[in-house]
Amino acid sequence: MTALDTAFAATGLVAVAGGLLAVTTRHVVHAALWLVVALLGVAGSLLVLGAELVALVLVLVYVGAVVVLVLFALMLTRAPIGPDLEHAVGPWRTVGAALLGGAVAVLLGSVLLPLAGDPVERSDVTSTQVAGRLFGTWVWPFELLSLLLLVALVAALAVSRIPREEVPS
Amino acid sequence: MIHLAGPYLLAAALVGLGVFGVTVRRNAVLLLVGVELVLSGALVLLVTTQAAGADRWAAGSVLPLFVITIAAAETVVALAIILTAFRQRSRVDLDEPSRAAP
Repeated sequence: MTALDTAFAATGLVAVAGGLLAVTTRHVVHAALWLVVALLGVAGSLLVLGAELVALVLVLVYVGAVVVLVLFALMLTRAPIGPDLEHAVGPWRTVGAALLGGAVAVLLGSVLLPLAGDPVERSDVTSTQVAGRLFGTWVWPFELLSLLLLVALVAALAVSRIPREEVPS
Repeated sequence: MIHLAGPYLLAAALVGLGVFGVTVRRNAVLLLVGVELVLSGALVLLVTTQAAGADRWAAGSVLPLFVITIAAAETVVALAIILTAFRQRSRVDLDEPSRAAP
């Protein structure tokens, strides 16, 4: 166990604990807030792995924008304060979902763990190198992303302008 | 020196939790929480390939940026659809049977 392993274990535990609470809590607003904890744990893990640019973008975009959007959507759909009893699921659904999630995790783990092998020296890619590649090799996909964001913006506006359908009585 | 078993286990656990969240939630907005967890598992795997020194063109740092951007766009469109559906039928229950065609 090196210092990096210990730091990764700590941040990974934060991420898994936050994720577990985010998917199991009955309070809808708490679910979004626990997602913040999980994503901060993931960002810490990425920092330990040496990708500080990705960690910062994760915090800025996911925690700063996506979770705030989810919170706004929860408020606009009149999420209850306190436990959400309207959307409670039965025990069989919970057991089935837990079995499915556990099976996926075990399957992925059993495929990935044999690839781990011996400890490796962490290779550091500096932000300067990433920037050079981003605006060199990856410049066309990067420009396409801005087009994708524009299309998503226009699509969101167009969808939200659909008039309310008259309910036949 | 870092052991790669940790990142692999974290990615597997995050994807498993995300699949659990997608399956168990009936609130359409909270479905997105599960999707975000699955995507963050993918991010951890991509960055791990870079930390192991096995990537070319800095793909281990660039592709996560692409994944994050696409996830943000996906969330915006999904929330717009959910809010429109909420205005039409004033519920966001995923188990609700669809209305019969007129």
